[in-house]
Amino acid sequence: MDEGLRSELSKQGVFTTTLQDLYNWSRRNSMWPLNFGLACCAIEMIAASMARFDIARFGAEVFRPSPRQADLMIVAGTVTKKMAPLVVRLYNQMPEPKYVIAMGACAISGGPFKQGYNVLKGIDRYLPVDIHIPGCPPKPEALLHGLIQLQQKIAAQPLTGEDRPRHLREDAPAEFPVPAYGPYDLQPPHNPEVWRPPVVVRDTAG
Amino acid sequence: MPAPAPVESLESIRDRLRAAVPGADVRLEPNPAVPAQASLVVDRDHALAVARYLRDTPDLAFDYCSNVTGVDWPETVFQEKVKVRRVVDGVEQEFEESVERRRPGYLEAVYHLYSMRLRHGPLILRQRTANRAEDARVTSLTPVWRSAEFQEREAYDLFGIVFTGHPDLRRILMWDEFADYPMRKDYVEPDDYEYEPTPHDEVLTKARRHYPPGGAA
Repeated sequence: MDEGLRSELSKQGVFTTTLQDLYNWSRRNSMWPLNFGLACCAIEMIAASMARFDIARFGAEVFRPSPRQADLMIVAGTVTKKMAPLVVRLYNQMPEPKYVIAMGACAISGGPFKQGYNVLKGIDRYLPVDIHIPGCPPKPEALLHGLIQLQQKIAAQPLTGEDRPRHLREDAPAEFPVPAYGPYDLQPPHNPEVWRPPVVVRDTAG
Repeated sequence: MPAPAPVESLESIRDRLRAAVPGADVRLEPNPAVPAQASLVVDRDHALAVARYLRDTPDLAFDYCSNVTGVDWPETVFQEKVKVRRVVDGVEQEFEESVERRRPGYLEAVYHLYSMRLRHGPLILRQRTANRAEDARVTSLTPVWRSAEFQEREAYDLFGIVFTGHPDLRRILMWDEFADYPMRKDYVEPDDYEYEPTPHDEVLTKARRHYPPGGAA
């Protein structure tokens, strides 16, 4: 619909929209996170849900205790290799459309524990991450900012065509393989469908 | 405020233990480091009786085990200077020679004991395994101090110390399928280095191995 006509109609008290806008509007304004924290970032996530920061202003205050009812997985904290299969399994149990926020340095890259033998070097090795929030831990404002970024990302998604979101594609997987515990590391150490090791050309002599 | 030291000296406790538990090999292990916190080393066959004595004797009453940890002592080769007398040109003279000594490796379980009732402690109790491989056994003190249960499991998980008599000896931090003991000195971690923008120290060595200088990765 032509913008001028829409503006004219709204002056007459007639509100017009598209199905896509309505669908994305409802999707992005009721993002229920999974009630699930892994480390200190979870404390900031809890603070964000409390009265001072009030994540309810953005429709994400209903922390669901079950993955079946959740839309958003906030990976808040260090993902140990022992915990990683459980995180992937929780993600698999969430219904589409579903989103992942990697909150804090650990969930993004392993953070200060990156060189450790027991910490996953970022949840994006197994799951498709929509928003990365840097910080150690990120402040509640940063989490809110990340949530708003995700809402803007959803608002911009067309429902048809090449750029449609993952849950509307038949070829995109809704579930991801759960890694198995190996004798020394997780098997496989990352999901090549989701993530590949960075190729770095770099002189480390200096 | 630091907790007051035990009412009596470690030497005295050692002598009482030797008298109370026949056959127990209780030794005093001095600590040459700055804290100078000496400890008692007890042989693993009599550890349970020694622990019971420490807990149940009214004037010792070590009723609280605050901490159980492990220490890995790998096999070390060190030089020791010994004096030898030798006859040189018909005259007996004293020489100093350095001799190579080998100390076999072992694992150690360390217990920190306090008395809540008498408000003293810590008393540090150690047990040593025979070696670091097939005979890495010590006696579990969980039957005496229940608080040792999870911490002995942790020492088993990370050091591979087998606590005989433990009610539920499983891995506690690493997954059950894990095959190694990460806190041992000779542990080799999985080679899963990834790019890091500012590598230094050990990480720099890894970075050089994975991304050779001047070359493409």
